[in-house]
This record gives sequence, C-alpha cells and structure tokens, in this order.
Amino acid sequence: MQNYQRDWLQRMLPRLALSPSLAVILVFVYGFIVYTSYLSFTNSKMFASTDLIGLENYVRLFNLPNWHLALKNLGIFGGLYILICVCLGLFLAILLDQKIRGEGLIRPVYLYPMAVSFIVTGTAWKWFLDPSIGLEHVMHLWGWDSFTFRWIKETNTAIYCVVIAAVWQSSGFVMAMFLAGLRGIDNEVLKAAQVDGASPYHMYRRIVIPMLRPVFLSAFVVLAHMAIKSYDLIIALTNGGPGRATELPATFMYSYTFTRNQMGVGAASAVIMLMTVAAIIVPYLYSELRERQHERN
Amino acid sequence: MNLKKLVAAVGCASIALIAAQNVQAAGKVEVLHWWTSGGEAKALNVLKDDLQKKGITWEDMPVAGGGGEAAMTVLRARVASGNPPTAAQMLGFDIQDWGAQGVVANLNDVAREENWDNVIPAAIQRFSKYDGKWIAAPVNVHSTNWIWANKKIFDELGLTPPTDFDGMVKALDKIKAAGYIPLAHGGQAWQDATLFDSVVMTTGGPEFYQKALIDLDQDALKSDTMKQVFERMRILRSYVDDNFSGRDWNLASAMVIDGKAGMQIMGDWAKGEFLNAGKKPNEDFLCFRFPGTQGTVTFNSDQFVMFKVGDDRAEAQKELAKAILSPTFQSAFNVVKGSVPARTDVSDAAFDACGKKGMADLKEAADKGTLLGSMAHGHAAPAAVKNAMYDVITAHFNSDMSAEEAVKQLAGAVAGAQ
Repeated sequence: MQNYQRDWLQRMLPRLALSPSLAVILVFVYGFIVYTSYLSFTNSKMFASTDLIGLENYVRLFNLPNWHLALKNLGIFGGLYILICVCLGLFLAILLDQKIRGEGLIRPVYLYPMAVSFIVTGTAWKWFLDPSIGLEHVMHLWGWDSFTFRWIKETNTAIYCVVIAAVWQSSGFVMAMFLAGLRGIDNEVLKAAQVDGASPYHMYRRIVIPMLRPVFLSAFVVLAHMAIKSYDLIIALTNGGPGRATELPATFMYSYTFTRNQMGVGAASAVIMLMTVAAIIVPYLYSELRERQHERN
Repeated sequence: MNLKKLVAAVGCASIALIAAQNVQAAGKVEVLHWWTSGGEAKALNVLKDDLQKKGITWEDMPVAGGGGEAAMTVLRARVASGNPPTAAQMLGFDIQDWGAQGVVANLNDVAREENWDNVIPAAIQRFSKYDGKWIAAPVNVHSTNWIWANKKIFDELGLTPPTDFDGMVKALDKIKAAGYIPLAHGGQAWQDATLFDSVVMTTGGPEFYQKALIDLDQDALKSDTMKQVFERMRILRSYVDDNFSGRDWNLASAMVIDGKAGMQIMGDWAKGEFLNAGKKPNEDFLCFRFPGTQGTVTFNSDQFVMFKVGDDRAEAQKELAKAILSPTFQSAFNVVKGSVPARTDVSDAAFDACGKKGMADLKEAADKGTLLGSMAHGHAAPAAVKNAMYDVITAHFNSDMSAEEAVKQLAGAVAGAQ
C-alpha cells in the first residue's frame, strides 16, 4: 500500500509541478486567442462589446487600403528577409566550416546582433541610414560628394531599409543553424565524394546542401513567424513612415486596436495574422511529430 | 488547531490592513496622466501643493508616452477591473467615449458653485460635458494655428509676419533665397496634419473648416476648396528640407532656435522649447497666427476626466476638480506649459507676450464663434476618422499624389471610417 502510494506520487509529481504554468498558458495564451477571435465578430470600437455582427469586420478589413498596403509590405519584407537571411547564413556557414583559424572569434561576431533587441537595431540603423547624420553624411565628409543613399526617406524604398536592418539582425542566427547542420554531416560521405573526384562546388550542390534540408525548413519557420509579427523594428526604424509606406500587419493591428478605437477591425487583422502563422507552423509541427513516430516504430 | 489559529490571525490582519487603507484613502486623489517631461511635471506640482494644503494626498500615476496612448490602455484595464483612478488626463472625443460608458462622475454641483458654464468657452464645454453633465475639468487650451519664427532671420531679410497665404509664400521664397531652410518640419503624420489644420482654415475660412473637418460633409470634402488645400500643402512641401521625414517636432523647433530655419508651423507647446533654450518672445523669436487665420483658433484641450469613485473619495475628487479650474492654478500651470487657461476670466499678468496674445485670441474666437476643434489633435472628428484623414494627408505630403486624387481619397477614407 505504502509502495503504491509512493509510486503514484512519483508519477504525479512532475505533472503537479507543471500544472500551474500549464493553467497560466491555457488562460493567457489560448484563452485570449479565443477571446480575440470572438471580438473580431463583434462591433467593438474603443471598448470590447458583445454585439455580434458576423463577418462585417473582415469585410471592412479587406476593403481598407491600409491593410492591402500592410500585406504588400509584408510580402516584400518577408520574402526578401527570408531569402537573404537564408542565402547569407548558408554562405557564411560554409565559409566558417572550412576549418579556418579564429573561428571561435568570428562566430560570435556574426551571432552578436541576435543579442540586441529589435528596438536597438531599429534605432541604430535609423541613425546610420539617415542622410543628414549617417552613411551619406560620412561619405560627404570623406570627400565623396556625389554619394547619395536616401532610401529611408523615400516612400518607395523605405521598406528595403527595414529588410537591411532585419537581415543584419538575423542572418548570424541562421548561420549558426546551418553551421550546426554542416557539423552534423558525416565526413565519410564527403571523403567518398572526393575520391570520386567531385569538385567542392559539386560536393556542396549535390550532397551537402540537399542533406541540410531539415535546417532549411527550421530556418524558414523561424524567419517566417518573425517576419509576420515584426513590430518593434518598424516602430524604431521608420515608425511606419514616410507617410504610411512601411506599415506592416502588426503595426496595423496595434494602431486600429489601440489608437483608432476600431477594436473589431484590429482583432480581425490579428486573427488573419494568427491564421497565417498557423498555416506555416502547423504543417511543420505535424511533419516533425510524424517523423518522431516513425523513429519510434 | 494551530492551522485554525493561523487562518484567524491572517484574516484579522488583512481586515486591519483594509481598514487602515480606507482611513488613508479618505483624503486621497489618484491621478493618471502622461505629463512626465520636466516642465509639465513642474506645472503639476502646483496642483499637488495646492491640494496638500487642503490635506489631500496626491497619488501620482504617470504613464509615459507623449500622445497618451499607453495611458489610455492602462486606464481601460483599470476601469475594466473595477478600480478606476480619481481622475485621468484625456483629450477630445475620448472623453465623450468614456462618458458613454457610464463610468464617469457627475461634477454639476462643482460646476454650479464655480460658475463653469459662464467662464469656459462653449467649444470646450462640448467636450467636457456629456449628456448635459460636467464630467471633466479642462486644464488648458492649446492652439495649433501658430507660426514660430526666428526673429534674426526675419530682421535680416526685412520680413514682417505675412497676413495671407500668398504673403507667406513670398516670405518663404525670400528665406530660401537667403540660404536658410524656409520651413522646419518633421514628417510625421500628426505634424503633417497640424499644417493641414491651418491650411484648411486659411483657404476655406471657419465655415468651411466646420463643414469639412467637424461635420464631415461629403460635398465640402470633395469641393474645389479642398483641392486648393492640397495644392497649398504641396506648395508648403516644397519649402521643407530633404531630411524632414520622421523628424521629431522639437528637433524642428531647434532648427528655428539655432537659426538654421526660418519658421515652424506648430501648436503652442513649441513655445516651451524656445523658452527652455533661453530665448525671449519678440526679441529672439516671433509668434504669430498662421497667415489668414487671425481671429480664428483651432484648439485642443487637455482635460481631467473624473471617474465614479466610492463615497470615501468623492469629496477629495470635488476638491481636485475645483483646484484644477481655480484661476491661480490655471495661470501658474499654463505659464509653464505654453498653453492658455481654459477659462477666459483669468488675468494675463503672469504670461509672456505670446501667452497674452494667445489669451486675447482665444477670447475673441470664443466670442465670435470661430473657436474650432483642431482636426490634427482629435478635437474635430473621432479617432477613427481622424486617423483615416491622417493617412491621406501624410500619403499626399510624402509622395507626388495629385490634389484631385487626394481629395477623392480623403472623401472615401472619411466615409469608410464613419
């Protein structure tokens, strides 16, 4: 009897220890996701209301030019950000993987931008890209008078400045992911390829990079959700300007919910963002879990 | 047994604590605001000291963030949890929205006692009252149709304050030709909209302003006058420097202070920047109304909304409301803040030249019925409409959009946001 009780306690203890945090997550994450979804079907303006109005908020949302602009910007920003980060990260990782001296020093140098918050990144790049105090100004001081770099001040190019800052922040992290992947590749395979006379270029193209497929997938998932929820970088770097040129869904959602007293429309945009993230994450999780099932069987 | 004793002891202790808190709260006001910068905080101290003399403790609840968005979010959470502050700083239509929620106090007794109805301009009362009840105490009146100019540059070029828009353009041309930046401006949506306030007023006059920006009349929004407004915005755009976008308003003020730029179109909070830099009105800088808007005032007014609190705190709340509108506080606070008192019977002895002018202008506009809420600062149309207008104004100002297109978009955006 005593034994049975002790066994039961041993089995239950981890569950007991985890239950408070589980309850908190259930309420504060999933509970509020449900609440936001509910709000998106109500006519909430400045305060949450309970009058259900069906899909009207979604109709309004997709009639707003601002929302279309935010989606277009997300397309440009997200696409370029993911593409450049992956290419640059892979390139740096391959270079670092050549058993060079000082790797221990160089790796942290590329990784450190990840340690600063997006607010700091945004502010620093805002100054650096500003023509009157930043890069252009310095070039003029050094005597290169014809140099112009005014992207951050132009409506059509400001979004690319956001890409530059975000890539600077994240590509080191992607590099670390690829580096871990490269280290995991069996040397025997590469030796065999070398014996067969494969050039380094072919070795990477035909063998190494295909073997890194899971890393590509992880990098894509991490970067995609970061792109969709980008908020602080925009606020610090351009504050949505010039005009409204760098509005993203996250800044749109904040402004409609909290400054424009259109909580219903804001909640609808939040739900759309959640669906977008879910569309990326859920298949990924599913495939991850299925692979584990395979390994077990 | 022991456990029971413990529970009893804890129970007693907590009851004692609650009782003690209630005793302390008898003369306490808790005030939520976003006046955290040096001058503003100093001005609030006047109010604190005033109440302290009456034996009321002031519990400060500052929430940083210039526009008060963060403060509003905090306020929503507090009211939702049934624990509202005694008073909260607020602007324009937000006051009405809170009034509709049925969570605000009724200050009619205080208003009667203090004769608020007769000393506060009707245009401001429109925001302070909900459904015929006083729910807020206005602290100040800012106005947005001001120009702040560098006197040295004006003297050097032999310029005097222009009186109409064409004169303004001539003056700007002269400043440009002399190698200065004509117009110091920061390209942020609300600053672009601040220019827009004045341009609408000078182009269409107060009736048009009322129709287009307050009544949101579609015909006025689509009119040729509005097209001309956007054309004039484009003209002003040609006088700002290349690096204007994203610049904060106080940095634009600094350009005028340092003699890099000729003038800035900005509300009277800009005066504080000039005074802090040790500049004197009419000696170092000029303050005049935007050309063609003399006699009208586009205003925004900070108010303290009073919330329904328990009987134990109601008395202190009334004292707070009284103190806010007392002439001594109104004078002391507004001298520091750069705004003018919300009541028109306060002596202007303590104010500088710009303040005196502001007070005279306010009185004149209030009497003539040309005291109109500023669109840029949320006193003409509710937040949803205001921001929809911002979108168009700032998009037009920051691109090469045509005036026709801007008019079309403005009318559409306003209709869509209502």
